[in-house]
Amino acid sequence: MTQRPLPAITPETRNFWEGTRSGELRLQKCSDFNHVYFPPRPFCPQCGSAKVSVFRASGRATLYSYVIHHRPVPGFVPPYSIAVVELEEGPRMMTNIVQTPQTPEALQLDMALEVVFERISEEITLPLFRPMRSAK
Amino acid sequence: MKPGDVAIVGAAETTQLGVIPEMSQIQLHADCARNALRDAGIKPADVDGVATAGESPTNVAHYLGIVPKWVDGTAVGGCSFMLHVRHAVAAISAGLCKTALITHGESGRSHIGATPRTIVPASLHGQFEAPYGIFGPPTMFTIPVLRYLKTYGNTEEQLAMVAVVQREWAARNPRAMMKDPISVDDVLNSRMIAYPFRLLMCCLVTDGGGALILTSADRAKDFPQRPVYILGTGESVEMPMISQMQDFTSSRAFRVSGKLAFDSAGIRPSDVNHLMIYDAFAHLPLYGLEDLGFVGRGEAAAFVAERHTAPGGKLPVNTNGGGLSYTHTGMYGMFALQESVRQVRGTAPAQIENVQVAVCHGVGGMFAASGTIVMGDRRP
Repeated sequence: MTQRPLPAITPETRNFWEGTRSGELRLQKCSDFNHVYFPPRPFCPQCGSAKVSVFRASGRATLYSYVIHHRPVPGFVPPYSIAVVELEEGPRMMTNIVQTPQTPEALQLDMALEVVFERISEEITLPLFRPMRSAK
Repeated sequence: MKPGDVAIVGAAETTQLGVIPEMSQIQLHADCARNALRDAGIKPADVDGVATAGESPTNVAHYLGIVPKWVDGTAVGGCSFMLHVRHAVAAISAGLCKTALITHGESGRSHIGATPRTIVPASLHGQFEAPYGIFGPPTMFTIPVLRYLKTYGNTEEQLAMVAVVQREWAARNPRAMMKDPISVDDVLNSRMIAYPFRLLMCCLVTDGGGALILTSADRAKDFPQRPVYILGTGESVEMPMISQMQDFTSSRAFRVSGKLAFDSAGIRPSDVNHLMIYDAFAHLPLYGLEDLGFVGRGEAAAFVAERHTAPGGKLPVNTNGGGLSYTHTGMYGMFALQESVRQVRGTAPAQIENVQVAVCHGVGGMFAASGTIVMGDRRP
């Protein structure tokens, strides 16, 4: 199976991808108003402040919306979900929901999710999400 | 500039529409441009402004033999042509050019001489969306819909109804690619593409093009066609990634662009006789109806299901059959504009009686951009 398309890391996003490689989901926030944002950039898109810091997100999220794709795509076995999750800290990101059936019944909006990291290459580890294990 | 200062004096689509393997992309531009020039009764030498998207304006100007004094290559997806109209109105009003030609040509189905569409792996979209199995608009444009349906308690049946109604319009249009009637069951039983989207909720993929010619209202009366006046315009962009759309139940770009267009025209939704909303997928008319203020938030699905946008309804929408049933080359906005022009001129196959104010609303990318044009049959 051909591999999925991989990100080309840029100077502004290196920290994020270093984070996933070490098992951390990293977000950024400005120190002026604590605006949390994603995707990464060296200034806050809400207030324009360049005083920003990187922090480790909880990895908890809820399922905001998704589709279940039924056509073949390199690196994927259909049907598979393409989802947008809302992180506990606020920002949303695209991902795949894994370790659960790829059906509308199993994928309920607003369900609790947690991040899992899938190593794709030496450089790239992708943040994917699975239904929250109840112990947490 | 004031409402009606600039008018459309030439409008035409490619001679053929649908599957045109004998023409490359640039020739599709030329074919519709030459048709529009004939419609306006002028020659390439009479044109001094050129705008296009998906193709370089340099290529278009050179290929047609035009010496432009005004050039616009704004390319924000399928609504780029609405933005070109807006920019041409400004340019003509400012005296930058006198006669502007806007062209669209796309070999979306046959891929003859087509501009390649690529994802840049270092872009934010390439880094934070492309790795998750996206594969063209059916896997991105569609993502907000489950959230929309849940928020408003709408159903897949209501979503399917959009496609059903548009097919009814297409049945009245000899140039529509799909004309056979369909039912809600037909839509829901068509092949699953990306749940909840079935094949019949997705746009066609075709070859074709369209061109517009604009000039000042003062000059417009010397042209052979009945002028279609530009009463108002709007434009905006939001984000290059569907995952970062602010509100999955409403498009900010739609709201900003729509308000600019309505305010500059000095109209309200109740003034509008005819409406085009770019429908790459069945949910687009729902977002458009709400974000332009024709109905309240969450009311559009019922509005369509109650047949208000259907033939005989109080607000005819997408009367050519739309991207779902008429044609969709990839950047459909030009075809929505063409239908608005035909309706205001009184020459549409499914002609609405006495169209005085027509609104044409476009989307670019996946809710990434928007352009809105208000046209009228007279200069206020």
